[in-house]
Amino acid sequence: MQRRELLRSLLAGGSLAAIGACTSLPSSPKAGRVIVVGGGYGGATAAKYLRLFSDRTLDVVLIEPQASFISSPLSNRVIGGQLQLSELTVSYDGLRHEHGVHVLRDRVTGIAVDRQVISLASGKVLRYDKLVLAPGIEPMLDTIPGLAEGHATGRILQAWSAGAETVALRRQLEAMPDGGVVVITIPEAPYRCPPAPYERASLVAAYCKQFKPRSKVLVLDANQDVIAMGTLFKKAWSELYPGLLEYRNHYVLTGVDATSLTAHFDVADDVRADVLNVMAPVRAGRLAVESGLATINQRWCEVDFLTFESTLGANVHIVGDSIHSAPMMPKSGFMANAHAKVAAAAIAAQLSGQSVNAAPKLANTCYSFVSQSEAIHSAAVYGYVAEAKTFKPIQGAGGVSPARSTLEAQYADAWAHNIWADMLA
Amino acid sequence: MIRGTWLAVAVLLCASIVRNASGAEEPNAVAPLSAMAVRSLAATCAGCHGTDGHVVKGSKVPGIAGLSQDYFAMQMSAYRAGKIPSTVMQQIAKGYDERETAALGAYFAAQR
Repeated sequence: MQRRELLRSLLAGGSLAAIGACTSLPSSPKAGRVIVVGGGYGGATAAKYLRLFSDRTLDVVLIEPQASFISSPLSNRVIGGQLQLSELTVSYDGLRHEHGVHVLRDRVTGIAVDRQVISLASGKVLRYDKLVLAPGIEPMLDTIPGLAEGHATGRILQAWSAGAETVALRRQLEAMPDGGVVVITIPEAPYRCPPAPYERASLVAAYCKQFKPRSKVLVLDANQDVIAMGTLFKKAWSELYPGLLEYRNHYVLTGVDATSLTAHFDVADDVRADVLNVMAPVRAGRLAVESGLATINQRWCEVDFLTFESTLGANVHIVGDSIHSAPMMPKSGFMANAHAKVAAAAIAAQLSGQSVNAAPKLANTCYSFVSQSEAIHSAAVYGYVAEAKTFKPIQGAGGVSPARSTLEAQYADAWAHNIWADMLA
Repeated sequence: MIRGTWLAVAVLLCASIVRNASGAEEPNAVAPLSAMAVRSLAATCAGCHGTDGHVVKGSKVPGIAGLSQDYFAMQMSAYRAGKIPSTVMQQIAKGYDERETAALGAYFAAQR
């Protein structure tokens, strides 16, 4: 609450008289204006589907500081050396030119929910009828002593979100001598993309097997066991990387030393690494936390699942990894894309005076590579359950791969290109 | 190649038994789906099959825009019954009941 007051007063310093006048946006769109903050899987999908579901009547603004979209799904293949980051990068031009979304390369500095305005780093102040926040996640570097300093110098990388850090982690692996030790630490769930750390470990092991076979990949997991597709991952590891990849559970990281690249744990002995990839605990993106919307353990945002509207702020909808997920609902790019469509349909209905769909559904398929040529999946379909006010997995639907396969690796690649088009083209 | 196989399987399954998916509670189980509800439902397919069923060029995942309504319903029914070999569709198809499948079939048949 105090934070929101602060943001409101910050905003009061700006010139509210400049609303509409300081940009080229239409000053009073007839059907309404929706501002989407964040151009990842959730935000980009929301922007496009708000235009589709309103039959292009809503004025849609997307605020994103990055010049282009970069996919975190598939980015473990950049770390493994199979893809370049440029192959996971997609322009926002499709949203601009095909769908008439106003894409502003900017950053939000304040939200005044009572006046329905946001302020931007550029000095612009924009009014909205509906606000959609898709801020993703932020690693909580301060929760691990030594990590913030180690991260600042580039010695200890986390690479939760695809970008420069993904490439830097790849460089560290390339520079490591044969016989080196790669340590990947995994935080307690929930975190972004449950299978992601295990996929990363698999692809680092695949790289080492081919180019640095005397090396070792240590996967040190704070959880009791592999939390996604465990049987499939463990089978792949024992068959493909025996003696190379070693998995240990109950490894809760308590500190790091960036100089010696040593990791400390609550019970287990210290572990020294040649490449230390600390996948730190994460929480909702900075904007959600600083605006006071992340009320669940100060980490996640609570939403009404029928509309994805925040339970705190009227006319503020939140989608993607930053929400407090429904039971058995992973934080994934695919799920963010699905959230955004439900939110977009609800917003289009609300702003045109129609009733909101009372029984929305979500689908999710997460592909994970276990080697350079083979992948596995986990899938589910969710239905909204009115009595429980949440989504629940539909009994009997969903499941995991019977076995890893090259066919699923091809599907994984096709999935990525189709969902990027679904968001951005 | 894949499409050819599917068609062959579909012909064999013309008289196959359709059964309900064991779905979550649906408050409006008998009411017809609204146009927006159908668009929203179709959007749950788009994450893999592209917006309105249009995939990118050369996609290994098949496009579903323009399939006939009957063919779509027959395929979904066969996936639900486990009669078509698949990786993920046997699992996903069970999340949609017959009424939804019929609505989806009509929606995708209308996409060009």
